Amino acid sequence: MLKTYRYPRYSSARALELDCPGQSARHPVVVVGAGPVGLALAIDLAQRGQPVLLLDDDNTVSVGSRGLCYAKRTLEILDRLGCGQAVVDKGVTWNVGRTFLGEHEVFKFNLLPEPGHRRPAMVNLQQYHLEQFLVERAQALPGLDLRWESRVIGVDNAAHGVQLQVQSAHGNYTLSADWLVVADGARSPLRRLLGLDLEGKVFQDRFLIADVVLKQPLFAEGAAERWFWFDPPFHRGQSVLLHREADEVWRIDFQLGWDADPELEKQPERVRARISAMLGPEHEFELEWVSVYTFQCRRMQRLRHGRTLFVGDAAHQVSPFGARGANSGVQDADNLGWKLDLVLQGLAAESLLDSYDSERGAAAAENLLNSTRSTDFITPKSQASHDLRQAVLSLAREHDFARLLVNSGRLSVPTHYRDSPLNTADAGADLYAGVMHPGAPLADAPLLHHGQQRWLLQALGPGFTLLLFGTVPLAPDLAAELSALQQQPVQLHCVEIGLGQGAATRSTVTSNASAAPSEHATWIDHQGLAAQRLDARPGTAYLIRPDQHVAARWRALDVPSLLSALKLAVNPAMNSATNSAMNSATSSVFAEPQGQS
Amino acid sequence: MPTLRTEPHFHEPDRPALHAYSPGDSFYEALIASHQGLSDEHSRWLNARLVLLLANHIGDLGVLRQALAAARAGLDPV
Repeated sequence: MLKTYRYPRYSSARALELDCPGQSARHPVVVVGAGPVGLALAIDLAQRGQPVLLLDDDNTVSVGSRGLCYAKRTLEILDRLGCGQAVVDKGVTWNVGRTFLGEHEVFKFNLLPEPGHRRPAMVNLQQYHLEQFLVERAQALPGLDLRWESRVIGVDNAAHGVQLQVQSAHGNYTLSADWLVVADGARSPLRRLLGLDLEGKVFQDRFLIADVVLKQPLFAEGAAERWFWFDPPFHRGQSVLLHREADEVWRIDFQLGWDADPELEKQPERVRARISAMLGPEHEFELEWVSVYTFQCRRMQRLRHGRTLFVGDAAHQVSPFGARGANSGVQDADNLGWKLDLVLQGLAAESLLDSYDSERGAAAAENLLNSTRSTDFITPKSQASHDLRQAVLSLAREHDFARLLVNSGRLSVPTHYRDSPLNTADAGADLYAGVMHPGAPLADAPLLHHGQQRWLLQALGPGFTLLLFGTVPLAPDLAAELSALQQQPVQLHCVEIGLGQGAATRSTVTSNASAAPSEHATWIDHQGLAAQRLDARPGTAYLIRPDQHVAARWRALDVPSLLSALKLAVNPAMNSATNSAMNSATSSVFAEPQGQS
Repeated sequence: MPTLRTEPHFHEPDRPALHAYSPGDSFYEALIASHQGLSDEHSRWLNARLVLLLANHIGDLGVLRQALAAARAGLDPV
């Protein structure tokens, strides 16, 4: 029992399938596992109007603080899922990390050194709080059927659909689904049932995690930081990590080494002795939760297996340094939700889901690479590696280049899908400064909207968005063409962004003067940060995907190019073969996929 | 006389890095990998050989003397 948190107990009604076996409707999508990733995906699909069934074998939220650090991109996704503010309010914000060798600081990093972003680099929050917010949001969505105490005990993954055998508190039953998403965690019972495996490294090390309630904070909540020690006096020859969490709880990780005995190390007196040595006798504390973990860096070779898709830890696992676990899982869900929705609507072929595998496979590779490098630095495996690390740490006291080599964790950032089949490459003659190339996660920036300060990411629609810079007001024929394009079945929202003070005046005059309200929203880049980050000039246009990554951009937009880019982002395999045939189509813009069964 | 560079300088010539730490991490990983499977004695020899190869590439004795001095200063007491 925790002192700072009371676990909710959920229950579910009798499943319909129990009373009408063989007559119940086929589910478009079933998600297995109501952790942060499964919940995020289910909420996204339900918000898009897709009925979704979410199964969990338990009746409560995450036991233990576990995930803890939620990165900026995850917060932006949570904003779209209706939980962002709750997480930011309850959690502890931090941007700065310090690394110590012995008693001395050798490196400091700031994950968000520039102003003009809505969300901070990181918010610490116990995973059970995050899950509870997500569950509450899920319960508010009528199309989302969340079933607790429902364990999948059998699965048949066939070419035209999936059958599941479910064991529930009220009895066993069979389900049919068009699509199955597996989000049941690192040990993934479903992955095992399907006979699939992961490839990668297991690291021979152990860490003790303790959630501790401190009477006196080590730093104020408003000035929270991440602290990491190599070889501190209170834990010689090993590493220690410290985070502040919600509810006056602090998270301390102690590296134990491979020879440690987990059962012995979890004993309260032993843990208390370590913490007292670290904090000193004047700090009173209470133990809230203790665990010992080992870790691996492993992934499935493919994330799509026909009608079954894998997300989160079920698909890939990383060592925790860098917070790339839950954060990448939530980004998996963000990548998959809109794609599955388009396939279910019949607006995209199944090949769009292969782009989930290639894009998130690339993300998994990047996360594995970075977490493996951090783990090699934190856990050197040979004398040579140990010497090299010692050299880096001692040089870091005096030299900048060595400070950058100190690797106590490369914190989670969203992946740029550089080689994605959904990208339209920049026209050869168009050059752009910055990093908002096709495949990049769109940067946030402050904008004025009807005189109020809002944010660029808030201006985006749930579907695709076309950002048009400095063209206020739009030329009439362009406006007419865009209007026609917006009648196509794939959602496309147009946002005109006025550049700078001059544009602000013009746009105000336009909206005050017009008799008919503009169909398109008008936003002002009053600080010039959107223009700076996107290298936007008057006429620059960006096509943004539903997951807020860049699909294409132009210095001078023409609608046929926009249509082409939109088609490519929805039906990647189709475009090269049928581009010329489709170009003149108006009603049947998007491919008719092979029939959904 | 040129000064020994101590600001971050690892880079891929034609590919600007998305994250400042990536090129250095890449080199670090390659260096660790080059020691894979070696005995401690062979590892020491590898490092010594690498010092000589890189020192010759730098060539400038003034810069090399600065590097030797920086390496020696701040050595932890055993």
